[in-house]
Amino acid sequence: MRDARRRRITVQALRLLAAVVWLGSWELTTRLGWVDKFFFSQPSEIVQKIWYWITQGTELGPLWDQVLTTMEETAGGFVVGALLGIVIGVALGRNHLLSDVLGPYVKAANAIPRVVLGALFAISLGLDIKSKIATAAILVFFVVFFNAFQGAREVDRNLIANARILGADNRRLTTEIVVPSALSWIIASLHTSFGLALVGAVVGELFGATAGVGELIYSAEQNFDAAGVFAGMFLLAAIALVAEALITALENRLIRWRPQVITETRI
Amino acid sequence: MPQAIQLRGVTKQFLTPAGGVYTALRDLDMAVQPGEFCAVVGPTGCGKSTTLALISGLEPATEGEVELFGKPVAGIASGIGYVFQADAVFPWKTVLENVAAGPRYHGASNREARLQARDWIARVGLAGFEDRYPYQLSGGMRKRVALAQSLINGPRVLLMDEPFSALDVQTRSLMENELLGLWSSTSASVVFVTHDLEEAISLSDRVFVITAAPGTIKSNYVVDLPRPRNVAEIRFQPRFVEIYEEIWKDLRDEVLVSYERQKRSGAA
Repeated sequence: MRDARRRRITVQALRLLAAVVWLGSWELTTRLGWVDKFFFSQPSEIVQKIWYWITQGTELGPLWDQVLTTMEETAGGFVVGALLGIVIGVALGRNHLLSDVLGPYVKAANAIPRVVLGALFAISLGLDIKSKIATAAILVFFVVFFNAFQGAREVDRNLIANARILGADNRRLTTEIVVPSALSWIIASLHTSFGLALVGAVVGELFGATAGVGELIYSAEQNFDAAGVFAGMFLLAAIALVAEALITALENRLIRWRPQVITETRI
Repeated sequence: MPQAIQLRGVTKQFLTPAGGVYTALRDLDMAVQPGEFCAVVGPTGCGKSTTLALISGLEPATEGEVELFGKPVAGIASGIGYVFQADAVFPWKTVLENVAAGPRYHGASNREARLQARDWIARVGLAGFEDRYPYQLSGGMRKRVALAQSLINGPRVLLMDEPFSALDVQTRSLMENELLGLWSSTSASVVFVTHDLEEAISLSDRVFVITAAPGTIKSNYVVDLPRPRNVAEIRFQPRFVEIYEEIWKDLRDEVLVSYERQKRSGAA
């Protein structure tokens, strides 16, 4: 027990050290002029920039509004994409005829760099939140879809046989056996796909927007304001970290039945 | 009075991944009376499990007839219980939810199903473990859950596919005794597949010997040992030893045939 505690403290201390070394060397090299501050900015400037945004507001309006806009777009796209991915993935995983028929089309659709669809959505859905949600959703959809599909395919045959013998009909087989079994796969995909939702929202903003962190980054870039670009990136990272914590909490709630694996590399 | 289970001239063939045809069972005849406890023994890979799949309706027969209580089996038959060799309890359901699944699937209300489930959990000796998940239980306890899960539906036919083969010897004879106790309070016919002749004789009224693949019934023996039995001690009775020797002569040849084949296919 005491060893575990000591280890935890060591890990935290080393983590802090890594941040100090990284930020410190960045600050130092830019101050000494070894690295051009104009292109790479420096930590103190980035902090000032964020502080300025918080206190004075951004060129697009209050900072909080920009963060909230991007979070809404991301969350909206994430929920829509994940729900569609789960429903369609499980449906195709359960229905072999359907998956045989649609298989090649899905593969083809997956091969397209889907980010470019953001341009299409900007045209068809307009510059408001809808086009960003669509872009984020399409990125999330494919990741979740493939995992849900695979998860639905790999259900233990014994469990299916057992449920059928016990009297489960097709609907119950899906809701009580296939979906819970595929859930480990689906949740694993949610971790990666939230990052993609954020990418979708920001890319959607780059294609044209009036608010959001992506738009903030875009306008900083237009002004050759490297500190602004980095400040936007740090905001996005903060959003991603909070979301990651929420998904992990959701995971622990949904997969209570799984043995607690003791992992060494838990971050 | 029709037989509880009747197989007539049953053949089962599978397509192999290479595109060939594998005959698991050939021209198999078998009859089990209502309330009878039967064991099926045979060498590895002789089609014992396939026989159960055919009786349950999980798999259709390629040829021949499968009947339960005089009615041909088409699809999953009702009134069947099936205890699988591997763990087949649902890992995302608690013990209570696992046992309550059967009644719920048959249209009982949640409350009613849970009430019945609590009763069966107590009967298999798991009272107090209702809210545990399967991963929190030992192998023997998971088998108890599987038993309760099957028996709660009141099956007229209980199929068991080497259910205790993964358990240690002590737990195993304990579970065998419990199974006999639970079975005697029902009127179910049991088909118990095992590769262990001792287990087969100590549990059953009749032992079927299946030949090496393609499997067919080689012989069947009536086990006239008195009930109730204590599985842990019955094997010391002279009559048990007699029966064992008699069946073993039959079984040994098949095991040797199967072993020789495996060696050859392993060498090839």
